[in-house]
Amino acid sequence: MYSETVMDHFKNPRNVGEIENPDGVGEVGNPVCGDIMKIFLKIENNIVVDAKFKTFGCGAAIASSSMATELVRGKTLEDAWQLSNKAVAEALDGLPPIKMHCSVLAEEGIHMAINDYRTKHGLVPWEETSPHLHEHGEDPVYQE
Amino acid sequence: MGTKRTIYMDHAATTYARKEVVDAMIPYFTRHFGNPSSIYGIARESKKAVDAARAQVATALGANPDEIYFTSGGSESDNWAIKGVAYANRKRGNHIITTTIEHHAVLHTCRFLEKEGFTVTYLPVDRYGRVDPADLEKAITDKTILVSIMYANNEIGTIEPIQDLAAIAQKHKVYFHTDAVQAIGNIPIDVKEQNIDLLSLSAHKFYGPKGVGALYIRNGVRIENLIHGGAQERKKRAGTENIAGIVGCGKAIEFVTADIEGHNARILAMRDRLLKGVLEKIPHARLNGHPTERLAGNFNVSFEFIEGESIILWLDDEGICASTGSACTSGSLEPSHVLLATGLPVEISHGSLRLTLGDANTEEDIDIVLEVLPKVVSRLRDMSPLYQKAANDGGGNV
Repeated sequence: MYSETVMDHFKNPRNVGEIENPDGVGEVGNPVCGDIMKIFLKIENNIVVDAKFKTFGCGAAIASSSMATELVRGKTLEDAWQLSNKAVAEALDGLPPIKMHCSVLAEEGIHMAINDYRTKHGLVPWEETSPHLHEHGEDPVYQE
Repeated sequence: MGTKRTIYMDHAATTYARKEVVDAMIPYFTRHFGNPSSIYGIARESKKAVDAARAQVATALGANPDEIYFTSGGSESDNWAIKGVAYANRKRGNHIITTTIEHHAVLHTCRFLEKEGFTVTYLPVDRYGRVDPADLEKAITDKTILVSIMYANNEIGTIEPIQDLAAIAQKHKVYFHTDAVQAIGNIPIDVKEQNIDLLSLSAHKFYGPKGVGALYIRNGVRIENLIHGGAQERKKRAGTENIAGIVGCGKAIEFVTADIEGHNARILAMRDRLLKGVLEKIPHARLNGHPTERLAGNFNVSFEFIEGESIILWLDDEGICASTGSACTSGSLEPSHVLLATGLPVEISHGSLRLTLGDANTEEDIDIVLEVLPKVVSRLRDMSPLYQKAANDGGGNV
């Protein structure tokens, strides 16, 4: 059900861990929904010089965290903010429709970490232009 | 990886078909393919084969052969039992009693009937997944026409006190149906002794083929047909018989009920070693379901701070086939309705792992799982922000 890229990022996740004294931290999700993503950013001269994550969640959640942190590294904050959930999913060679919310979570995590940085530096937090709903489908659990 | 041998531990989802079963089926695809409703020679062979399989199923259940009706499987049997009894008895009453932990084939059928004007009571279960017979007694009213309670649960393996529950239903002259899909071959069943009026079974859960099952309907039960059409199955279930499937179903149930005790002893020893090993090696793990009143092959454990699909993907990478009650394998917001019904907190339900052992498993399989699983759990916990929080909060031996 997952692409090879998703499986690669799930099995060999990039950037797992925490950054000591991070410049921005974002934590999104909810244990009740089964996924929590915590994103850590190191920012120097308006550039994301390091990004790490810790995630509780399914394969798609872990792969999305891994890919999103890869994609924002080296980017200016403006460019990092532009990273969309679709871009994360595309970089992973696609996610199953019911797992798209995992890529949304990654986008939200990055946004929250950036705004955490901006708030700490007395800057006005950027506003979400396309609010997402953290939604799931409605299928039974055990199909047997 | 991918070069590793497969360790199949999902027997509650489905089983492979036993070789003897498949061998018995083959001639009915090619040589004895006649329609049992026809009168020439090859058709008579088909008819004989269906009758023989019916007798095999009846023997396994302690029923009469004319009380066995072949269906397409467990879901059809459950649908037929519940809708059929509901529609045939609606003049007597419109109340049905079931439980919160049934398979969706029962739950969704009951939900459907609620839209049709029936009232359904969903009995709760205790923390082990057991229904209290006293709750059933209290729930029965003069409008109750059917009680449907599963024999054993597919997710947590808990075995329900069917004999007590059926006795209460009988005392109140209410039909008693049980979804015994997980019980066949694991628990000795005698429908007469246990006062069961209707019982569903499915061949692919006991080393038979997929697409075939049966409904036992005690003689005298008032029930409407579900599948209308030809006069097959004594005018109760239309459709040309799945001869090969029916032959396989009969052969498989004969095998699986031949030595239930011996089979259980072997599986139980492996399951208990697995369970003991896992609970010893992995902290923050808890058993779901009843400690003793459970199917021999069922292992269902929740691992805190991690999510089930991730566990299963890693196990799959090691060649181990498993399943979970996490929402993330289904796309539903809620994790397993069964785990939630036992009062397990939602976040812990997401971290559940179900391993169901069967005939294919060996002691070596247990060794491998005991070696692999702690590594998988620890790898996932290392990247979980919840685990880190628990450690910061001084969460004991994190």
